[in-house]
Amino acid sequence: MGFKQENVDEPIKERQEEFSTHPSPVKKSDIDKQNLAAPVKSAVDKFQLVPEFLKVRGLVKQHLDSFNYFVNTGIKKIVRANDRIVSSIDPSIYLRFTDVRIGQPSVMVDGIGEELTPHMCRLSDMTYAAPILVNIEYITGSNVQKTIEQKNDVVIGRMPIMLRSCHCVLHGKDEAELARLGECPLDPGGYFVIKGTEKVLLIQEQLSKNRIIIDTDKKGRINASVVSSTEAWKSKTVIIMDKEKIYLHLNQFSSMIPVMAVMKAMGMESDQEVVQMVGRDPRFSALLLPSIEECASYGIYTQQQALEYLERKLKKSTYFGAFSEKENRVTTILRDVFIANVPVRQHNFRPKCLYAAVMIRRMMEAILNKDAMDDKDYVGNKRLELSGQLVSLLFEDLFKTMITEVSKTIDAILAKPSRSSRFDFSQSLGRDSITVGLERTLSTGNFDIKRFRLHRKGMTQVLARLSFIATLGHMTKVSPQFEKSRKVSGPRALQPSQWGMLCPCDTPEGEACGLVKNLALMTHVTTDEEESPLISLCYCLGVEDLELLSGEELHTPNSFLIIFNGLILGKHRKPQHFASAMRKLRRAGKIGEFVSIFVNEKQRCVYIASDGGRVCRPLVIADKGISRIKEHHMKELLDGVRTFDDFLRDGLIEYLDVNEENNALIALYEGEATSETTHIEIEPFTILGVCAGLIPFPHHNQSPRNTYQCAMGKQAMGNIAYNQLCRMDTLLYLLVYPQRPLLTTKTIELVGYDKLGAGQNATVAVMSYSGYDIEDAIVMNKSSLDRGFGRCIVMKKLSATNQKYDNSTQDRIIRPQRVGYDSERMQILDDDGIASPGEIIRPNDIYINKESPIITKGPLKSSMGLSDSDYKPSRQTFKGPEGETSVVDRVALCSDRNSNMSIKFIIRHTRRPEVGDKFSSRHGQKGVCGTIIQQEDFPFSERGICPDLIMNPHGFPSRMTVGKMIELLGGKAGVSNGRFHYGSAFGEPSGHADRVEAISETLVKHGFSYNGKDFIYSGITGCPLQAYIFMGPIYYQKLKHMVLDKMHARGSGPRVMLTRQPTEGRARNGGLRVGEMERDCLIAYGASMLIFERLMISSDPFEVQVCRVCGLLGYYNHKLKTGICSTCKNGDNISTMKLPYACKLLIQELQSMNIVPRLKLTEA
Amino acid sequence: MPEVSPMDMPDVPMGKLPEHLELQRTRVLCASDAPTHTENIQYSGAYAMMGIDNGLRLDQFCKNFRVEVIRLTEDDMEFDMIGIDPSLANAFRRILIAELPTMAIEKVLIANNTSVVQDEVLAHRLGLIPIKVDPRLFAYMSENDTPNEKNTIVFKLHVRCERGSPRITVKSDELKWLPNGSEFSLATENSTANSTSKPKTYTSFSCSQDSLPIFTDNPIQLAHPDIIIAKLGPGQEIELEAHAVKGMGKTHAKWSPVATAWYRMLPEVVLLKEIEDEKAEELVKKCPVNVFDIEDIGDDKKKAIVARPRACTLCRECIRGKEWGDLVALRRVKNHFIFTIESTGALPPEVLFTEAVKILEDKCQRVIAELS
Repeated sequence: MGFKQENVDEPIKERQEEFSTHPSPVKKSDIDKQNLAAPVKSAVDKFQLVPEFLKVRGLVKQHLDSFNYFVNTGIKKIVRANDRIVSSIDPSIYLRFTDVRIGQPSVMVDGIGEELTPHMCRLSDMTYAAPILVNIEYITGSNVQKTIEQKNDVVIGRMPIMLRSCHCVLHGKDEAELARLGECPLDPGGYFVIKGTEKVLLIQEQLSKNRIIIDTDKKGRINASVVSSTEAWKSKTVIIMDKEKIYLHLNQFSSMIPVMAVMKAMGMESDQEVVQMVGRDPRFSALLLPSIEECASYGIYTQQQALEYLERKLKKSTYFGAFSEKENRVTTILRDVFIANVPVRQHNFRPKCLYAAVMIRRMMEAILNKDAMDDKDYVGNKRLELSGQLVSLLFEDLFKTMITEVSKTIDAILAKPSRSSRFDFSQSLGRDSITVGLERTLSTGNFDIKRFRLHRKGMTQVLARLSFIATLGHMTKVSPQFEKSRKVSGPRALQPSQWGMLCPCDTPEGEACGLVKNLALMTHVTTDEEESPLISLCYCLGVEDLELLSGEELHTPNSFLIIFNGLILGKHRKPQHFASAMRKLRRAGKIGEFVSIFVNEKQRCVYIASDGGRVCRPLVIADKGISRIKEHHMKELLDGVRTFDDFLRDGLIEYLDVNEENNALIALYEGEATSETTHIEIEPFTILGVCAGLIPFPHHNQSPRNTYQCAMGKQAMGNIAYNQLCRMDTLLYLLVYPQRPLLTTKTIELVGYDKLGAGQNATVAVMSYSGYDIEDAIVMNKSSLDRGFGRCIVMKKLSATNQKYDNSTQDRIIRPQRVGYDSERMQILDDDGIASPGEIIRPNDIYINKESPIITKGPLKSSMGLSDSDYKPSRQTFKGPEGETSVVDRVALCSDRNSNMSIKFIIRHTRRPEVGDKFSSRHGQKGVCGTIIQQEDFPFSERGICPDLIMNPHGFPSRMTVGKMIELLGGKAGVSNGRFHYGSAFGEPSGHADRVEAISETLVKHGFSYNGKDFIYSGITGCPLQAYIFMGPIYYQKLKHMVLDKMHARGSGPRVMLTRQPTEGRARNGGLRVGEMERDCLIAYGASMLIFERLMISSDPFEVQVCRVCGLLGYYNHKLKTGICSTCKNGDNISTMKLPYACKLLIQELQSMNIVPRLKLTEA
Repeated sequence: MPEVSPMDMPDVPMGKLPEHLELQRTRVLCASDAPTHTENIQYSGAYAMMGIDNGLRLDQFCKNFRVEVIRLTEDDMEFDMIGIDPSLANAFRRILIAELPTMAIEKVLIANNTSVVQDEVLAHRLGLIPIKVDPRLFAYMSENDTPNEKNTIVFKLHVRCERGSPRITVKSDELKWLPNGSEFSLATENSTANSTSKPKTYTSFSCSQDSLPIFTDNPIQLAHPDIIIAKLGPGQEIELEAHAVKGMGKTHAKWSPVATAWYRMLPEVVLLKEIEDEKAEELVKKCPVNVFDIEDIGDDKKKAIVARPRACTLCRECIRGKEWGDLVALRRVKNHFIFTIESTGALPPEVLFTEAVKILEDKCQRVIAELS
């Protein structure tokens, strides 16, 4: 073992040396100079923690954690909460779920369970799901004899399994094993495979539940609201200040209720006590006074009066009627709905009263001092709902539905007067409802859960497989809570509290700008944690129980309220002491690492949170500004003795959520720490997400450029995954020769972009050339294209099914005829009637020679009995760009869910760049190829270097993408000295980005100018150019927008049936419309004949017979060869004229609704 | 004051341009911000006002024109071309890149390809492999021509990675020359009719290529045996035939006989003032390519001299900074070209250049013929 260890050591040591010498390969004297200028170099290079973190957590760990939590804990909780099905007829007959677990992903084929792998599911359109197994205990037997029976591992449905979660077959597999399963080792997992398509459950952003939020409503009234969410009930309680009086708004009441009435109804009969609870400050009392007076004016003095008053205000809805009538309905509502998160035990409403009082107090504070308002956009007030939580909601609903279904069927059986057979509870289980429900919801993305009033659309999306980065970016996407149409700037603005949690760059442009966000690299989203041990711990640490406090004591100035997950636990006299004690326990690992302790001085509260959905990130703990991580720790990490979790366990690193960050003073670098500093960032570049992490030197760019690049990186072609050629995607763009960027960043290495790159390092000359480079167009070198630059492969899927019909007939695929009619088009078919792989396929070629039976309905027929004449050909022909040749890449046969044979064809088309194809660098600088020029006409440098493409320098001044220039310099230096240069964000101080000075020195050492500009000769005249040209390699991405897919023109062509006007859109070979604005121009110009030609002759001319007498349309009688007016019943006064068919249609449509448009003709 | 004509320059010898004009005519001045006077003054009467003829005389050209070969290896050469116009030097460069014909694989008939490399990509890769054969022995194949021994070279590639064996890398030496032409028979309707005679293939060679005297001793092969074509996993196989034809670089870069061909103008580094002692040391240190040296001039004094101006890559380090621009001047000699040809291997570089000259000659002949 020791020997092995040594072997491992060596390369790591080398790497370490590489890192330490990293910042500049400069001579000794220069290093000294730099060291003096730089802030005290961080004593410890903590970078290694980032890869370690990502190794432990993965890039989509938040999804996996959440799903794992659901599968291991959540599902058990749900089943435990609803573990009994009791017959309502005979309560002694019951079924009890004793345990639930998820099995291995498998599928039942002909009654035999078969293990599933995700790739199998993708290829054959199956759902990657595992059975939900329950252990049950139930009563069987007839009326008299009842026995308790037990059954284990009863399947009640199938749960779609998230890839790489703990129940996935890929869990814990190494690279070789993954490869054997047909899986890409770099694929992050975190999505589902539903019916063969990969579906992501997007992260949903929500306002936090069970927290008091002070806000103003539309009318400008200040209110305090709590969205309560417990297992039993979800409600929203709002306390509003309206016209100086305080009201309660609750859905169950028809109007707003004076809050004092509510307090009285809960037993706070004494106004004095309420005042005391809110606080004895005269300002608060003054604010409360009108409410007290109002309450008195209604004559509400006692609890009974208040309850009666509330009774009258109840909504008439009978929704609540199901509850037992013994109790007063108002009491029930107050107990279960009003601030539902505060539990009422043994009719003790006091905690609720106190909670309401705190709400009122917080609201009053906000009225007195606007600063006390809560910010809804503050990330600390937000919760991210992840796939696990969403699936658990769905499952809970379906499980409850199943239970009611089962109890209904049981009742139906029991209600039968004569039950002959013994009934078996277990047989009523295991219907498809859970399986189908889960599958349908996940595949459509429409969450429609009535029980929780959850109606949301588009929760799942098909995983973007356009490029590797698009996939990763899709998994970290956070979709917003509001609809996108609202024109408010607040939620869209960059919040300072997003620092380190959400990527500041990665957001789409347009309507969703700022609403859709992406997680940063090191963000972790918490899952729920057991509350009760934490609560008892708080009491142990000296929290005075709320029960023991009088109203007066609640707001005494010498103590802080302790609020745990939105629940007031009590008070503490030494909040800081308490907080630090809790933190110590957390660092020691005695309580969960994601528990947050936040002392809010302003609100005089200590918030403790252990709920799920909070965003948090790891930080290095510092004591009085001195980092706890020492050199030897990092060395141990490098040696593999120490893992990231050890750092957590030893209290060197901790997770802080957004709220607790407010109690910390975080230094960016160790050198900048002061004695007040409590934490130190691990690496500053981790504030960016995956997509923004690809940009080299993003901190030198104008910020919108980084945002543009985040959107464009997802459209870049390259590699998708290692298994890209085994996948059957509907559309796949690949680059023939993808490269890894010469100028990398640490993020690139961490996410694996260097292994699955999407671009090529092009030698770029920044100069003007030929005039075909205006407006961001780029000029490309033809020889570079000949040699494979920008060459890409487009793969499209075509599919066909061998359909079976109701009358047991089915399609057939037959051997093609090799001679005669249509044999030309069937050349690529194999003898089995299916196109064979490797054949060149041209437009209008038949790729499957299929025939369908003519009669598909009616009485059963056997397929055997059909003769050839009973079939009609239903061949499928290939429609591709004319003049281009594609190739049949692969043909796959599988059976679909209806056990029809499904045939999938992958058609491949290799394309070389052409004029109009879109390219982009990594700095939001997109441009189309303007022209392609021979190499000999291209400029060349003194060393014979000829650029691959020429970019116009006008792209720089207004865009201010200095990062691109540095990328060019760094790339050039990298090529010269054979070392990949780095450009991580904010990386210069920590050595993760090369400094321009160092790069320039390298350039000079290799005989280039320090500024990257070369002496260039014109390829046309042979003379030197009169300027030095900025030239070097830049990583260029080819974007998926290609001319071939877009170009469209038409002369005559298809028309719409109804209006006889040309069709619309490229896909339908549509016409090009002369629109309103074009029409206006022509009118203004007076080009009447042109308008006439465009709008009528070339569109929908129609000859009509108009009656000059009645002005209505007639018809042309072909026998009599005259026009006849059907109204006047003669053909005497008929004129023939031309009209757009749409106009004729309008006239007839108007006639059909009893409006008579008459045409009055005059001689022209 | 007597009227003096501006053209009357007593210190300029008759028949010569004044110094600064001469400098502008013959040198490119590479200042730190931009090169100036890069254009050649072509017009014969450009200095007519001063009574100087700027025309180019053939005898003058013949007398002054020199070619000095600096380096010549199997596949690259460097030579100086002195006393020639940039337009002519550029013409040679352009012809080398685009108009010298070579043989390159143009058609690939794939019988079987189960490798991960797609057919088109494989064909593209094959196309870019340089073939070591003299293209002058072959004729162009036009659209209607049938491939025969005079215009087509056929190669065969048949590699198979057996199941159970490790992955193999297919390199260019696996391409085997088929002197008798294609071995794939053409599928025709009447193929069974004359089964006795030779089956019709994709080429119609009248005789074997290796019967030709040139190819008997040195069979046609590829320029480099170690170009990776594809990689095969166990059970994968490639079987194909590649047909090479003659073509030109302007059609596709695969027919370009040079990896690249370019020239640079001869660097001239001039010390405008004496640079001594520390300054000299500094200058020597500044230059990354060691253009300067130090010379002792006695009295413990040192002076910088320009030792290797040819090495200058124009990094402009020596003229960086305010005062240095006045001390050192970087220039390029306009009629002295350091020409480099990197051959792909089809033909040796010196042959390439002579061929280029011939092509230019042809072109001139054609122009003359057209004009007369």
